[in-house]
Amino acid sequence: MTSLVYINGEHGLVKSAFEAVTYAKKLGGDVIVVSSGKSADLGKLGEYGATKVLVDSSLEKIDAQQVTRLVAAAAEQVGAEVIVFSHDLVAKAVAPRLSVRLKAGLVSGATSLPDTANGFSVKVNVFSGKAFGSVSVKTAKKIISLLPNSIQPELNGSACPVEEFAGHAGEASIKILEVKIPEGNIPLPEAELVVSAGRGLKGPENWGMVEDLAKALGAATACSRPVADIGWRPHHEHVGQTGVAIRPNLYIAAGISGAIQHLAGVNGSKVIVVINTDAEAPFFKAADYGVLGDAFEVLPKLTEAVKKFKASH
Amino acid sequence: MHNKNHKIILKSHGENSFLLLSLCLLLENVHKMKILVCISKSPDTTSKIAFTDGNTKFDENGVQYIVNPYDEWYALVRALEIKETSGGTVTIITVGTAADEAIIRKALAIGADDAVRIDAEPTDAYFTAGQIAKYAKDNSFDLILTGKETINYNGSQVGGMIAEDLDLPFVSLAVKMDVDGSTLKMEQEIVGGIQVVEANLPLVVSCAKGMAEQRIPNMRGIMAARTKPLTVIAATPEEAFTAYESYVLPEAKKACKMIDPNNMDELVELLHSEAKVI
Repeated sequence: MTSLVYINGEHGLVKSAFEAVTYAKKLGGDVIVVSSGKSADLGKLGEYGATKVLVDSSLEKIDAQQVTRLVAAAAEQVGAEVIVFSHDLVAKAVAPRLSVRLKAGLVSGATSLPDTANGFSVKVNVFSGKAFGSVSVKTAKKIISLLPNSIQPELNGSACPVEEFAGHAGEASIKILEVKIPEGNIPLPEAELVVSAGRGLKGPENWGMVEDLAKALGAATACSRPVADIGWRPHHEHVGQTGVAIRPNLYIAAGISGAIQHLAGVNGSKVIVVINTDAEAPFFKAADYGVLGDAFEVLPKLTEAVKKFKASH
Repeated sequence: MHNKNHKIILKSHGENSFLLLSLCLLLENVHKMKILVCISKSPDTTSKIAFTDGNTKFDENGVQYIVNPYDEWYALVRALEIKETSGGTVTIITVGTAADEAIIRKALAIGADDAVRIDAEPTDAYFTAGQIAKYAKDNSFDLILTGKETINYNGSQVGGMIAEDLDLPFVSLAVKMDVDGSTLKMEQEIVGGIQVVEANLPLVVSCAKGMAEQRIPNMRGIMAARTKPLTVIAATPEEAFTAYESYVLPEAKKACKMIDPNNMDELVELLHSEAKVI
């Protein structure tokens, strides 16, 4: 069996790329990666199990239709049975297109390896994280879009060859004018540790203590919906049903009551710590560790404790 | 620049039709769009999620269905805003059974002009997208909008599939959309930031938070919705590629361990040695 993994190499390799290759390796058989652009480190994907990388280095700033043509051409050349994406913006545009083009059933937001005991079924997040569903794919070719942080990247070999590949991707019909990524921030969907706060912090001027804790931990910062809506924090930090859904190893929530819509975005977290003054806050029911106290006192103390811990470990 | 012009039209509307007409003639770049908004039903966001028939079916008992929030708050409302500024029409389409007419009327009450229901149980995204693409092909639209995903299946698949079926560009997860004649400038959510893109009509776009604000239908809208055209079309036979076989709820959390707010060292130690996350 051969699987094909699409890696967007335009902004350098990120953790989700290693997760996707690790996932494909665990499917068994050869793992071929297809990519575009002039990224220098694609061969590193061999360390996670890729057999080789096919890259069309002439393509840059490519749009979803071009990626679709590129991946379809590579899938045909290598005879791929399963195509793996990381479930990001590009995959959300490309994987559905490819599904129609290749007549291949698509599983979006996969959280586990397929169960092939009886057909081919994959576990996914449904109802915005409130349940899991098992999706069976009935087509011969299959496409899996893997939810970030669903599998640990595993080293499994050494650097692999990178071959030039003519993707015949055609012209772009969507022009990328600008990419705005704030410097130095850990992107939320990639983050393993997240510190989040809500209206309990009373104002944007108090976010320093949230950022201090995040910095001490090496965590990303997030917020609840009301906080993003009133403009205390940028919208891309809003986690919840209508914001970003995340599944970090650790989610620390200060001054967030834990409405069902907020829980929908974070209940994939491995461990949840809730800091709240209200013992009746529904979030405590979803938490692993709770601190009944004022965030203004607890956060600085927690930051100090983390610093002390980091210094001695 | 053109946005400014659009505002002038809005203000003058109803005040002076001669002024309106002459302004329209001055604006070569106003493009009256024919917009199709794809809507889906989803359980109310506060619904209790449970399953029946040996965990193979969603338990609809006591569940209130709504228009999927991404389809309604962002795709539909942005379409209406564009219509209010530049003219044109807004048609909504859903693939569903007669039971879904309540959510169709709600979308009409918010302001869509007419509605289409493809009469079928939507089996999977490929089936659903195929039905909508066929209708769109026969009725050529300038702009097709979807929500970024449904809140029940979270697939984010239908928009991209329609685009591929129609061989149109697809912009996923747009949070902002400005119209300039037949060119759209959009902002998309990317990991950790925003990407600004531009594309020409015809186009398919999936809409996310930021695109527009939720609108509550008023009494006049609700009354008008009763008589707006709703066309029911038979589905085209089409296979499904995938099927939900079963569901499972997340394991119940163990009781929350309460930590003394004056002993954060203990919390850090537990996160390290017990939870093993730091």
